[in-house]
Amino acid sequence: MKSHTKYNKEVTGAEAVILSLLDLNVTNVFGYPGGAIMPVYDALYDYTDQLNHYLVRHEQGATHAAQGYSRISGKPGVVFATSGPGATNLITGIADAQIDSTPLVCITGQVASQLLGTDAFQETDVVGISMPVTKWNIQVTKAEDIAPAIAKAFYIATSGRPGPVLVDITKDAQFGKTVYSFQKCESIRSYFPTPKVNPDEVDAAAALINNAERPYILCGHGVLLSGAEKQLLALAEKAQIPVASTLLGLSAFPPQHPLYVGYLGMHGNYGPNLLTNECDVLIAIGMRFDDRVTGNVSKYAKQAKVVHFEIDPAEINKIIPADVSVMGDAKESLELLLPRIKSRERKNWLKRFADCNEIENEKVIESAIHPNSEKLRMAEVVHQLHALSNGNAVVVTDVGQHQMITSRYYKFNNPNHSITSGGLGTMGFGLPAAIGAKVAKPQEQVVAVLGDGGFQMTIQELGTIMQSNIAVKILVLNNNFLGMVRQWQQLFFDRRYSFTEMKTPDFIMVANGYGIKGKKVTERANLQESLTEMLESKEAYLLEVIVENEENVFPMVATGASVAEIRLE
Amino acid sequence: MKSTYTISIFTEDRIGLLNRITIIFTRRHINIESITASESEVKGIYRYTIVVSVTNDLVEKLVKQIDKQIEVLKAFYHLMPEIVSREIALYKVSNIALKENELFTKVVNEHHAKIINVSADYIVVEKTGDESEINKLFSQLEQFGMLEFARSGKVAVTKPMKTLTTYLKEIENNSKTTIKHFNNN
Repeated sequence: MKSHTKYNKEVTGAEAVILSLLDLNVTNVFGYPGGAIMPVYDALYDYTDQLNHYLVRHEQGATHAAQGYSRISGKPGVVFATSGPGATNLITGIADAQIDSTPLVCITGQVASQLLGTDAFQETDVVGISMPVTKWNIQVTKAEDIAPAIAKAFYIATSGRPGPVLVDITKDAQFGKTVYSFQKCESIRSYFPTPKVNPDEVDAAAALINNAERPYILCGHGVLLSGAEKQLLALAEKAQIPVASTLLGLSAFPPQHPLYVGYLGMHGNYGPNLLTNECDVLIAIGMRFDDRVTGNVSKYAKQAKVVHFEIDPAEINKIIPADVSVMGDAKESLELLLPRIKSRERKNWLKRFADCNEIENEKVIESAIHPNSEKLRMAEVVHQLHALSNGNAVVVTDVGQHQMITSRYYKFNNPNHSITSGGLGTMGFGLPAAIGAKVAKPQEQVVAVLGDGGFQMTIQELGTIMQSNIAVKILVLNNNFLGMVRQWQQLFFDRRYSFTEMKTPDFIMVANGYGIKGKKVTERANLQESLTEMLESKEAYLLEVIVENEENVFPMVATGASVAEIRLE
Repeated sequence: MKSTYTISIFTEDRIGLLNRITIIFTRRHINIESITASESEVKGIYRYTIVVSVTNDLVEKLVKQIDKQIEVLKAFYHLMPEIVSREIALYKVSNIALKENELFTKVVNEHHAKIINVSADYIVVEKTGDESEINKLFSQLEQFGMLEFARSGKVAVTKPMKTLTTYLKEIENNSKTTIKHFNNN
């Protein structure tokens, strides 16, 4: 085996790709070979003792696996794909990573540089195509430019607000010779990833918070990305401020903590939505006021002063104008803020949340987790999963009703244990993302909670699980419907169920075909035992649970409605 | 309320960067009224000048998105009174102009334009000025038979800005954020 400690030797561009990755401490890559990236795969063949490659079944799966890998490990996910269709198949995952601020480095092969623009076999302009959905991208046509491009790509992907980058390497650059040396990229003169925190802004934020009667914290993904969980907890405790979480902020704040009031957004908890319009200071930390969180913007927190902690200046005043904005890294900002914050009690304000919680419990939660219905309901399955895994599992979801139910009913004890597709809402995300999460953290219990629709979008990744022996647990909540769309059809389209009823294959037989054990549950009596069997399995396991066909997720803030108009039924 | 804004963008010399920037407008269904790109007074740094008619709120958001692009050094926006701008226009008129030489020369001189090419079939006139001056000359020259007309996008220098080299130094010492505060005020 070759050693990568030998610098200044002549290598091919393809080998420079592998050596650069090793110099960046990359240990895992998700990918799929093809014509234009064959030299890189050939170079990889000599380094499989240092670089684990996971062969996916579709390039989209590689991107989602890399996302799952990154979201739990904090390291960038790395993807290999070939030119043309290989490259275009990455776009969905790249777009997902862009909107959910996930660092990905995608390396694509490209036709030889003299063929660029000739409509050569498997030529697509992937740099052009990926431009709107990447933080940065580049095409490399010379072997000597490969290592610097990869170094720059990693720096950009992981710094500041993270995001996906793409490096497109022509085949002649991969075959070309270069003397290898590696220099880490640590700055770019036109790029300032993390704004310096301005102490005046922190003072202004502290003044607003200290004078507030009813302050309210919205915790976003930025808290997890900057590792500011402890600082957030300290702030909340010191000033007794209730904390709610966005979808991607889940797991940043301890769910059993008395100051944690729940989950925000369209299908979030009752109090967190309703009381947004009653707080006097809204403290948004590392979140971007997605429309699924705000509902009707013109009726959102109009009474409140808004303090926005944010790393990306373009997010300030984008949706909700901030009275005070603190630009910079969340952890650094909160550390500066803490000593300026006065300690005080807010019993009456916190009681408002507790009262709302009681109403939601009575009207929604109790009947969802302990239903009288004949068929099983999604919430009771997730509730049981939570109980049996003690809230310690890494739960990866797809997109739809099961995702909202999981976000509502699974209480994550550990930061970054909730992995889901938020901004883009990518069906098919769940299974490959769970694979990536398990690769990153083999010791963790990783459970993919999927719907029957999303599962079938990337079901071929069962092959990846089979080939690489990835012990992912797959929990399919099957209602034979595209449930979320069906719910909307019921509520807003006069029950016209246009193409949302879905026949599903025998999932257990499909899993068995891939050498994966599985079981189907239809009865409540067998649920706990089956979930236990799934969780205790040392290998991959598929549990299909047949659930109520026409269940709706409540509460709900309908499109165009204010957060205060949240419906409980 | 919409106003005409001139956005000045200083960038590194990179293939595809202009595309990355125009996508920001396209995605929001905004029409670019004019666009020019050229090297700035600092070697290796390019200057794009983009003119759009949008609200103040939107231009702020656009400039933040442009500024966010990795290879953009800095983007600014200015209202018309804050800039000095010019366009160049070329008018190709038919040889009727030769027959009515006296009137033609008078029009050209009055508008501070220049005759830059004369042939048997046509005459080419060059005019530098603002949009309305160029339009005025167009209407005056139409009587001689307009064969072809081309105008550049707007090139602009801004009144309140510091020199680019000063910015570059500040960029090296500071963050974009700090700089933003004393420019787009």
